Amino acid sequence: MSKQRKAIALISGGLDSMLAAKTVMEQGIHVEGINFFTGFCVEGHTHAIRESDKAKPKRNNALWVAEQLGIKLHIIDVVEEYKKVLINPKHGYGAHMNPCLDCKIFMVNKAKQWIVENDFDFIITGEVIGQRPMSQTKSKMPIVSKQSGADDLLLRPMCAKNLPATRPEIEGWVDREKLHDITGRSRKPQIAMAEQFGIDDYSQPAGGCCFLTDKYYSARLVDLWKSQGSKDYELDDVMLLKVGRHIRPQKNFKLIIAREEGEGRFLEGYRKEFISMNCTSHTGPLALIDGEPSAEDLYLAASVVARYGQGRHAEQVDIKVMEKDGSERTIQIKPLKSEDIPKEWYV
Amino acid sequence: MIKETLNARRLLCPLPVIRTQDKVKQLKAGDQLEVICTDPGVMQDIPTWCRINGHKVLETKSCNHEYSITLEVGV
Repeated sequence: MSKQRKAIALISGGLDSMLAAKTVMEQGIHVEGINFFTGFCVEGHTHAIRESDKAKPKRNNALWVAEQLGIKLHIIDVVEEYKKVLINPKHGYGAHMNPCLDCKIFMVNKAKQWIVENDFDFIITGEVIGQRPMSQTKSKMPIVSKQSGADDLLLRPMCAKNLPATRPEIEGWVDREKLHDITGRSRKPQIAMAEQFGIDDYSQPAGGCCFLTDKYYSARLVDLWKSQGSKDYELDDVMLLKVGRHIRPQKNFKLIIAREEGEGRFLEGYRKEFISMNCTSHTGPLALIDGEPSAEDLYLAASVVARYGQGRHAEQVDIKVMEKDGSERTIQIKPLKSEDIPKEWYV
Repeated sequence: MIKETLNARRLLCPLPVIRTQDKVKQLKAGDQLEVICTDPGVMQDIPTWCRINGHKVLETKSCNHEYSITLEVGV
């Protein structure tokens, strides 16, 4: 009796990785899923924070996909290790701060380590030739295989027929003829395949599953690095970049102002790590002050915070300033008019 | 059987799931774990994670923007 072969599938929560895993499962391979948490995953974060996103489903799509496929999913925290990938990507960035090629190499490498430790035979990804300009091109695919160390143990079922045969195909663990030859950005073949498999609910995020492909998020990250004078970050930094309005009046400080109740509640959790402000004479949002503001800067910050409260048209409002140690004082300030806040301040 | 509590407040999904996954690895079948979170997404994600990994959800509660899930570790 032949050995039961086992594969680990990189599951992003999107359709392609789901179909890739399903294709291999159909050939009798035992498949489990693996998903890497980098800190930049779009999955649910802002939905979880913002009240206005309450109507959107809060499911984690990778978990949901695993359940639909009936497979286990291993979610791995790679936040610390991922810093090296983002801060100094060997192959550079894409259109924004997305180091897609280095990211793919990193994740496949982690999957390779995982199969060695867990006695699995090969790795599956949902990559499609021509789907993404930076990492999913015919010339980049061998780079991922080689530099990740996965070599011919990396099988891409969605486009395998357009690539050299891998070990699972050569050894007959899977039948190459039952794999696919999809190329390009069209989603039609995947949608047809999903129909064939009876899959009618799946996630297809327009910008992919990573905040680093987002123009506005990337601008905030670059601003963070510029302001601190080094390319470094903690998980809290990258979480806060997803929340609120970011306004930088000066290099030495910026304001993070909640846009609604859910964001306010989220920012509340950071009061011990930042100076915070909120209007007490009128209803208004909570703001965190990130950086090293002078006493004078705090007056400027308070006038900006006042502009976002119900007292924005008042002659004067009361803004409570809370230091990190919990001590409080109140500043009386005239709110800035919106036209007095230069566009360049908005990050 | 032991019963443990995991504080996953302020963590956003999937971190509460990852912390649950790591904690469960240290427990034995039949042990119970209560996970306390502030991300409402856990009400969906942790039960899903339990179902696909063979653990049993005993109770879910929500109160004042806090969410608690008690699970029993499977075999």
